[in-house]
Amino acid sequence: MSARRTERLVNLVICLLATRQFLPAARIRALVPGYDHGDDVKAHEAFQRMFERDKSELRDLGVPLETGTNSVFDTDADVGYRIARRDYELPDIHLEPDEAAAVGLAARLWQSGLSSAASSAVVKLRAAGVDVDPAATLGVEPVVDATEPALVPTLAAVQQGRVLRFAYRTANAGNAEDREVEPWGIVSWRGRWYLAGHDRDRGAARVFRLSRICGPVDQIGPPGVVKVPADLDLVTMVARLGAEGPSRTATVRIRHGAGAGLRRSAIRIQPGEGSDIVDLPYSDPDALADRLAGYAADVVVLSPADVRASVIGRLQALAGERV
Amino acid sequence: MTAAVDRLPRLLSLVPYLLAHPGIRIAEAAADFGVSPAALRQDLELLWVCGLPGYGPGDLIDLAWSEDDTLTVTHDAGIRRPLRLSTNEALALIVALRTLADVPGLEGGDAIDRALAKLEDAAGHAAAGTSRVAVRVEAEEATLGGVRRALDEHRARRLTYSPAGRDETTERTVDPTRLLLADGRSYLEGWCRRAEAIRLFRLDRIDALRLLDEPAAPPPQAQPLDVRGGVFRPSPEHELVVLRLAPQARWVADFYPTEEVTDAADGALLVSLRAADRSWVSRLVLGLGESVSVVQPRDLADEVRALARAALRAYEEPVL
Repeated sequence: MSARRTERLVNLVICLLATRQFLPAARIRALVPGYDHGDDVKAHEAFQRMFERDKSELRDLGVPLETGTNSVFDTDADVGYRIARRDYELPDIHLEPDEAAAVGLAARLWQSGLSSAASSAVVKLRAAGVDVDPAATLGVEPVVDATEPALVPTLAAVQQGRVLRFAYRTANAGNAEDREVEPWGIVSWRGRWYLAGHDRDRGAARVFRLSRICGPVDQIGPPGVVKVPADLDLVTMVARLGAEGPSRTATVRIRHGAGAGLRRSAIRIQPGEGSDIVDLPYSDPDALADRLAGYAADVVVLSPADVRASVIGRLQALAGERV
Repeated sequence: MTAAVDRLPRLLSLVPYLLAHPGIRIAEAAADFGVSPAALRQDLELLWVCGLPGYGPGDLIDLAWSEDDTLTVTHDAGIRRPLRLSTNEALALIVALRTLADVPGLEGGDAIDRALAKLEDAAGHAAAGTSRVAVRVEAEEATLGGVRRALDEHRARRLTYSPAGRDETTERTVDPTRLLLADGRSYLEGWCRRAEAIRLFRLDRIDALRLLDEPAAPPPQAQPLDVRGGVFRPSPEHELVVLRLAPQARWVADFYPTEEVTDAADGALLVSLRAADRSWVSRLVLGLGESVSVVQPRDLADEVRALARAALRAYEEPVL
């Protein structure tokens, strides 16, 4: 943005904050320096375009531009603008030093994505007289990776309640498919970002990994059309996708000194000579077979038969002994 | 230092900032805004010609600029307070504070809750959408308590630890330095006396944590790790492994950091990744079974085949 335009916008904000009356565009043109004052149609059109751009710039910044008329007898041509001070100004906020430290730490959490929003929020707090310490630690250092390209557009759609359209690649399919989704919310879980919402193509609630969205995320239709279920628990909805509660038990033989990770999740360990018999909780037999096959000869599945057969199948494929 | 904010929002915050900090030095104000003192001077020169309609001496923003480079506002032209937080600004701070508030047993837990309540209040409408975004960090409460105590008391710890990817349990003495929350998990950062290097220990892989009677003494070369960009940093020194993944195993490509991913025939993927440690790759490959093959290095393919054969022999033993 040119210095001249920046100056004009600062003056416009000051002018609209100072007025109680709604100022019509023509008044603003006369009052605020930097607008074209020519009399002909061309100059008038140039002003109109400039003023439209200025208004949307201010609205994008979050400046609450009010439009209205001063009297019931005014016509549409008399529509004017003002900024209500109580809507513009950040309310009084006082933070104790330890609270300001917590905010400083929170502002450091985002890596890209929301980091610039966090910085500009901190600048506003400082301008309100709150001294946010950018190096505060509270003994912990949080980092959330928000570099996912789909995150920012998805976030905007969630906040505006607009429907999204994007190409999505499922875990096992090579080709991306178009999806139309009413977004309910976004969750970072185990370091990965998910979108939860109503999948219009499937006619059901679905969870999407943001990293599997290919290409642009388009917002379609007007804002405010998405209806979020009142009883929605976002984190549970996303977490359920990754881990259904373990309800079954497998019994495996684990060599001494091996399988520390498995032993940690064991229900029961019966010590033996050279190896132990361990009961493990699980929900998905395929996922368990993936995990157990990785231990090779250190872990032998005793039951159930389907998991045992799956592990043997994986080992045979890799041993070059395909049957 | 704060990252630089765009110029227009910065200018709108600058007058209230100077009102709240009368007599502040230019260098200090510039640092708070994340800009150079020269850029801040240009901002002030621009503000100097802005003001109320009329734009006469009593209308323009006026600043007293003293010889020792300190600033005081003498006329604010009505911009006395900063603009309210935008929805994204409210989201960035409030969701981050809620994330921290969810971690059990943090030193400043109470301060986090109080700051959160005040910010929600000040953000007003802008806070409305923040419940639609959540960040969850797994933090094992029991281990976390021990780690926090070690950090608070500055004492060395004896750890029983099972590192990722390797099926072994190790005993190490660690001088704790920090608690890290990254990639949705919690980690203890510390100087590992065995490895003589700074290491991260994922809390859910710590089996036991014993307080030692000696103070934590990380050596001067124990510099904090830079975890912006991920906890696992593939290094060019690590071995390059190329896997061919059948369609049902394509998920591997977005689950682990990869060097290169190319499409192959029949919906398969060729994925190259850096492996710090071979046993990690062979476990991954064994678990994937027929949906994967090791393209490179050849001797890793042989190793996996030998492991699979040995495992099959173990399955020939009778089930007790």
